[in-house]
Parts: sequence; C-alpha cells; structure tokens
Amino acid sequence: MTTTGPTTYVLRRVRPLGGEPADVVLSGGVVAAVGAPGDVDAPRGAVEVDGAGHVLLPGLVDLHTHLREPGREDAETVASGTRAAAAGGFTAVHAMANTSPVADTAGVVEQVWRLGRDAGFVDVHPVGAVTVGLAGERLAELGAMAHSAARVRVFSDDGRCVDDPILMRRALEYVKAFDGVVAQHAQEPRLTEGAQMNEGVVSAEIGLAGWPAVAEEAIIARDVLLAEHVGSRLHVCHLSTAGSVEIVRWAKSRGIDVTAEVTPHHLVLTDELARTYDPTFKVNPPLRTAADVEAVRAGLADGTIDIVATDHAPHTREDKDCEWGAAAFGMTGLETALSVVQQTMVDTGRMTWADVARVLSVAPARIGRIGHAHGRPVAVGEPANLTLVDPAATRVVDGAAQATASGNTPFAGRELPGRVVATFLRGRATVLDGTVLDGTVLDAGARGAGVLDGPAAPAGVGAR
Amino acid sequence: MNPGTGMPGHADARADARPGPETDPGTRTVLGAADVARALTRIAHEVVERAKGVDDVVLLGIPTRGVTLAARLAERLAAIDPAFDPVQGLGELDVTMYRDDLRRQPTRAVGVTRLPGAGIEGKTVVLVDDVLFSGRTIRAALDAIGDLGRPRAVRLACLVDRGHRELPIRPDFVGKNLPTAVSERVRVLLSEVDGTDDAVVISAGGGER
Amino acid sequence: MKHLLSTADLSKDDALLLLDTAAQMAATQSRAIKKLPTLRGRTVVNLFFEDSTRTRISFEAAAKRLSADVINFSAKGSSVSKGESLKDTALTLHAMGADAVVVRHWASGAPYQLAHAGWLDAGVLNAGDGTHQHPTQALLDAFTIRRHLAGRRGGGDPDGVGADLAGLRVAIVGDVLHSRVARSNVALLRTLGAEVTLVSPPTLVPVGVETWPCRTSYDLDATLADWRPDAVMMLRVQRERMSGGTGGAFFPSPHEYTRYYGLDARRLAMLPDHAIVMHPGPMNRGLEISAEAADSERAVIVEQVANGVAVRMAALYLLLAGDPSAEGNDL
Repeated sequence: MTTTGPTTYVLRRVRPLGGEPADVVLSGGVVAAVGAPGDVDAPRGAVEVDGAGHVLLPGLVDLHTHLREPGREDAETVASGTRAAAAGGFTAVHAMANTSPVADTAGVVEQVWRLGRDAGFVDVHPVGAVTVGLAGERLAELGAMAHSAARVRVFSDDGRCVDDPILMRRALEYVKAFDGVVAQHAQEPRLTEGAQMNEGVVSAEIGLAGWPAVAEEAIIARDVLLAEHVGSRLHVCHLSTAGSVEIVRWAKSRGIDVTAEVTPHHLVLTDELARTYDPTFKVNPPLRTAADVEAVRAGLADGTIDIVATDHAPHTREDKDCEWGAAAFGMTGLETALSVVQQTMVDTGRMTWADVARVLSVAPARIGRIGHAHGRPVAVGEPANLTLVDPAATRVVDGAAQATASGNTPFAGRELPGRVVATFLRGRATVLDGTVLDGTVLDAGARGAGVLDGPAAPAGVGAR
Repeated sequence: MNPGTGMPGHADARADARPGPETDPGTRTVLGAADVARALTRIAHEVVERAKGVDDVVLLGIPTRGVTLAARLAERLAAIDPAFDPVQGLGELDVTMYRDDLRRQPTRAVGVTRLPGAGIEGKTVVLVDDVLFSGRTIRAALDAIGDLGRPRAVRLACLVDRGHRELPIRPDFVGKNLPTAVSERVRVLLSEVDGTDDAVVISAGGGER
Repeated sequence: MKHLLSTADLSKDDALLLLDTAAQMAATQSRAIKKLPTLRGRTVVNLFFEDSTRTRISFEAAAKRLSADVINFSAKGSSVSKGESLKDTALTLHAMGADAVVVRHWASGAPYQLAHAGWLDAGVLNAGDGTHQHPTQALLDAFTIRRHLAGRRGGGDPDGVGADLAGLRVAIVGDVLHSRVARSNVALLRTLGAEVTLVSPPTLVPVGVETWPCRTSYDLDATLADWRPDAVMMLRVQRERMSGGTGGAFFPSPHEYTRYYGLDARRLAMLPDHAIVMHPGPMNRGLEISAEAADSERAVIVEQVANGVAVRMAALYLLLAGDPSAEGNDL
C-alpha cells in the first residue's frame, strides 16, 4: 500500500489546550516542531492549515463506543462508526463487547481490532466481555483476550450489569494479572425489570415504568467496596445520578482506585424529554432530572468524574420508529460529544480546554492503558494524534448528515457550539476542513494500532 | 375547542357576536319592536285559523331565537284560545346533529331538545324559526322530527323569509317577506336573547354562504 | 378538538363542553330511535393492540349511534416489535381513509405518537394506553358523579348540566401505580374543581405522586371516616400484582388486600348517605369490592357503562363533526 495524501502539516496560530497561539508541525507521524507563530519554518511540501483561534487538543479517546459489528451492521459498522469518531475529533475508541457474537473470545476481539485497523480512521481497542455471552454466569477468557493481538485491557458486560457479587469480585481480582479494568454497567436488574425511564415525577405522570436512581447507586456502592477489598481498580460506566456522584466522591476520598465516566447526554438532557414519547430519548441509563444533570456537571468539574465517554449507541430506524416501550435503548454521540462538553462545561466557565483534554483524552487513554499513544502532550516527539477545534463555530445538528450509519441523535435540530476542523491520526489527517477524508490509507508502517504495554515511547508510530 | 357561538345549532349563519347594529353604519332596521309584535300576533291567528283551533297544536322552537319566538307565540295562542297550554304545547328542537354542513364550520355545540309535554305523536307541529334562508335548517329539523315521532302534520312559521332557498321548502306562516341580496346579513334581535329592543336588521355581510 | 389523548390536556371549558355534549347525547339514547345521522360518511377505526371487549363495544356503539362507519382492527400480538409496527399500521389506516382512530395500546404514549409522528392525519382518541391515560373513562366517571351529586348543591340543572364538580370529594382506591384510570381521573377531577384522595398500599403509589394535585392516604378506614368522600371509586386489582410476577407481589396476599383496601359492607356503612360507589370494571368481586357493595343502591357501576356510550359519542362528535381547519376549533 502507498500513502495517498500528505503527511506533513503546519498548523498556524493554533492554541494548544486553549493556551497561547503557536505554530505546530506534524511530520513523520509525530509532532516535529512547536514554536511561536511565525517562528516555525514550513518543511517543503507541507500543508498549511490556518488555525487562528482554533484549539489544538490531543486526539479524543472514547472509552465507551458501540460499533455494532459483528452482528448489527444494519445499525453501524466498524468503518462507519470509526468514521463518525474521526468526524467527532476522536483518534481512539473502545468498542463495547455486546456484539453478536459477543466479544468474549480472543477471536472476536481480534476481528474487531482488525476491522478498525483496516478502516483506518481511529485506533479501535476492543472491550472484552466480562462473562461468557454477557450472561453473567461465568467469566469469559479474559486472559486470552488480554494477550491477543487486540491486547484488551478494558472488560465490560455493558448493556448488562455484572450483578452477581461473587462474579464481580472474581473479575476485579482476575484482571489485575494484566493491569486490566472492569468497566461496570451499574444497573441492579431486579430493581429495573421492565423499566423505561427515570423513576420520578415525570414517569409517574406519563405512565412509563420507573428506573430508580438507587438501582444504579446500589451497584456502584457495592462495587467500590469490592474494589477496595480486593485492591483492584474499577471503572464506573455512564454514571447518571447525583447519588452516584456522591458515592464515587466518597470512594475516592477513601483512596479506592475507582474511575467514573459521564456521557454527554447526561450532561445536558433530562427526563422531561420523555414527555414527547419520542424513543430517540430512550437510553440506558435513562435521562435523569435537572438536579442530576447539575450534579454530574459538578462532579466532572471537580474531578470526581474522570472522563466523558459517549456511549455512542446507534440503532436502526426500525428499532426507534415504534412505541417507547418497544424501542431500543441508546443514542448516538460520537459527533456531538465535544460540542456538548464545550457547551455545558467550557462555555459555562466550569472547565478549561486543558480540562477538556483531560476528560476526553488523557484520562480515558490512561484508564484504557493506551496512554503511550493517546492523550499525549502537544510536544515535540509525541505521536501526532491531535484534534483541531473551532470553538467559535456553531452548527445545527442534522442526524441525516452525520457520518454514523444511524440517525438516533438526541440533538437533532439543536444548535451546538464548536466544530472539529481537523483530526490527525499519527500525523495523517482523517478530517480536514471539517470533512472526513475517505480513501486515505495508512502505509503499512504507520498502521500498527499502538503497542499497549510498555513505556510511553511512541512505539508503532511513524516507522518511516 | 371553541364551538364559537353562544347559539348552538343556530341556522343559516346569519348572526354572530358583533357590535349592535347602531354602531355599524352599513345596517338598516327593517322591522321595529312594534312590527315584530304585530307579525307574531298575526302568525298566531293564522296558526289557529289553519288548524281550526288549538287542539293538537304544539310549537317547536329552533334554537336560539326560534325558541324565544315559539314561547311568545305560545302566549299569544293561549290568549286567543285558553285551551292552549303554553307549557304542554311548547318545546324546543336542536337540529345540530342533523345538519348537513357540520364539516364546513367549526365544531358546533350540541343544544337541548325538549319535546312538548303533550309529545308530537299525531300532533300538528309548528316549527318556529327566526329567519328562513336556504331551508337547510328546516330540512334538518324535519329529519329530527322524523326520528322523534310521527306528527299528523308539520307546519313552518318564521319571522322573516329572506328568500334564496336551496331546497324545496316553503313557510306556512311568515311575519315578513324580505327581499335580500345573498351577501347581505339578516339579524333578528330579541329582548330576551339580545338585551336590546326587538328588531330585524339588514347589514352588508361578508358574502356568507 | 383534533385529538383526545389525555385529560391533562383539557381545560375546564373543554371538559365541561364534553360533559354537556354527553348530556345531550345521553338524552338521545332514551329515545326509540337512538341513531343520529351526524357522522354519516365518516370512518372510525377501533385500533386495539390490547384486548378490551368492553371498551371496544362502547366505542363501537357510540360511533354507530352517530352513523359513522366502524372498522375494528385488532392488532394484538404486536407487543415488543413483533408483527406489524405501529407505524405501518398507522400508514395503513391513513391509506384506508380513517377519519378517527380509537386506539387502545399496551404501550404508554402510543396514541400520542400516532397523533404526532406524522404517520396519519386522522383524529386520535385514546382508549387507554399502558399505565398512562384513559380519558373517556375519566370523562364518564365525571359525568356520572355530576349527574348524581352536582344537582345536590341546589339551583341549576337537576342533572348538573353546565355545572362543574367544585366542592365534591372523590376517593380513588387501589392500584394507583398501574392505573391509567387513576391518572386520568386525578387530572380531570381537579380541573373540574373536585378534591381527590388516592388510597393505596404504599407499594402501589408511584414515586413522584407528591406532585399530583391530590391527597394520598394508606388508610381507607380513616379516609372514609374522617374525609367523608362523596364518591368512592374502586380500582381493579390485576391478578399479576398479587404474587410473583416480574416485580414480585405488591402486597402479601389477596386476603390482606381485601382486609385493608376492599370496599365491604362495613365500609359501605361508613359512607355519607348520598355517597356513590364506582368501579371502572371489570370487578373482582370479593377482592377490591364485596358483592354487598357492588350490588348496593349506592353503586352506579352499571350506569357508568351506559354513560360511557354517551361520553364517547360526545368525544367522537367533537373530534369529527366540525371542520378541523376552521377557526375557533383549537382544542
């Protein structure tokens, strides 16, 4: 294979992490130079990108993406989902295990990993199932997945909760052998049988079966205590309630090794939207109250919540064009996540762009143990996985115009701030001028999707 | 939901809540209070004459003003012949659910139908309305009566016949024949309903119907 | 009025117009010839995704008494995306030229979706959706209450035509959590000025009920003795709430439920003399209501059924008779 398209870029007058303007040269897959505007000479043949006013971030890392392949290619494929990820500014995604077949063996995770490598838009890191078939009965071969070509470090039955306490304990213990982490979908199953939306004032009125906050909080409370007891690290997926924030805050104060994520939609949307009975707003965990939205924003701002992860959950029209009670849970998010974080956290003054880099890149890369390649500083020699954002732009979200194969965005018709101008994966533009670059194939050397273990040296990068 | 008028089932779209005629320069009064009273008295006498008495005569007013006019006629009949019982011989007939123009208008509120105490079976029913225009209200009333019983005869009394019939319907008793243009609006004002002196007024309408 | 989806959408004027129209409809139903030509040429589809023979025949009778053409469309078995989708059914009805769709559905919100998704332009009449709303049931309940009790205040029509329910007290007893009848009644009765107390075991009251415009109580005896309701509405207890089931039993035993929340002869005797006993049917005799209570002179349960036809005639009339695009038609 040959490289089509340039591999040397000069980003002019960009603001790394929102700081002072600088010129940044990307060459050979790494950041080749960083200097004051005008002080950096463009290498011969370099593509100049005028980035005045734009913020340069480390490429975004999503710890929680549903790419649907294998099994539900009608909703999303690895190719379409990673294309959407690049459009949203991501350079790495973690693909959840609830595919068909379930990603509970080395074979399936390697298949997903290869599909991601072949698509070439972002690095795809498969998440392995904790239990066989997500059935919650016995542990999947976690070691085999960890030692496969996909080098799985994050394990989750997401979509289902590992509710059996002894199984959860074993999983937490077992993954210590390869520095893995269990990412728990916290949902007590008996308390949520038939549940359709947040249990509260709105559910009582509109007659949809309620999903109590305690069903999430009880599992998180149990799991942080288990993690403390066995000395493991725990990651809490998509926490959505004020009580969950309190429990995680308490656990961290005790020194428990827990990390937590919040989705963009839980940062802004509330259960009032269920009044429309539009299944676009049906999601697991459900949209909560305005008080919960405020609590997760506060938790994200003060570091209790470590990261924002999309829980990008594409669904076909058939699975959403139906009664609320019959519709699938989930909403897409890859192409709106950064804008929602800007709107709710940056534009409100609660976070800086450096904080955005932390919650959308550095911390998720660290939790997923891909921090040698992603979430790196904008500094000479670092891998050129970068995202360029125009925070002054605004746009009205159009589901049909998105790169994802599914149209179930909850933000359709809403105006959101910020626009991803360019995304670079190991120095190669996957997005330029806000447009996804198709058919730009990595050369063989640049294709290695990162060595997972070991030092932070940019292994697998720019072998030219 | 707003059925719009306080006159459910009111016929022929000739009246709505507008300022009084005196404030409207395009209106002229064609009958005054005395004319209305005289016309009703004459109609009462004609009813008695035609029916050869008041036995078996019942009056059915069509809401809203037809009901008022029927009540006034009942008093006059009783004055002419005390054998007429103004309670037993008077009723009101709402024709809303029999109208053929429901779908052309905002939803009309359904009014009250109250049959005379004497019933209508075998009686001479005198339908009473204020203005006879297209005849469609009377058609609806005849259908309604047919569902309620079998009178010996049905007669029609109206205070004003303004012409422009769209159905083969003819009044038996008329207070005043009033040539009009189709676009004009004819309104009957009655003290009990409108709180003004009785009058019949014509105004340049908005090309209704 | 384009749709009737929820009693919460009704203003006081809307509700009174529905009840007053129902009163005129009821008057026509005592005549030898009950059929009216009003909706001739209009097509009403009864779209039932859930069995309910009583509600279906009530709507069918109402539509036929107004001379509408009635098509019964049973789409049972469509739960959870099996069989034809709601959308395709709606498109089919649209193609068939339905003027109004009476929909009963197991899913809360399905009538709302039918009315708002743009799949069909017919009027939608909610005949019960999931645990959400059953507006014509609440209207017939209010109609029945008004007929019996509004006249007591003196003045006005003896059947209460034109009157609201101000000052009346209604106790709604039983499984409020799963009851669309309770939700519909709380909203409508409050709009009409009545006071409502919900009486339930704590397991059968929804979280969030504290924002509803009513009182709640766990004690039926105290409510009857101290609050003195003018009407007591007993809700049906579904068999699956009693034991096992997906969510487990909501109360220990049918016997214990009856002991604390059933309307029996003793509790019947606690009611004020004028108070009426209501039940939306079908009754579980011996569970939420004893035979003495169900068959007593205070029970207006059979009358509720008859009033249902009049109320549904009124709803169909107000939905279908006028020109939906005409001004002043904006319910």
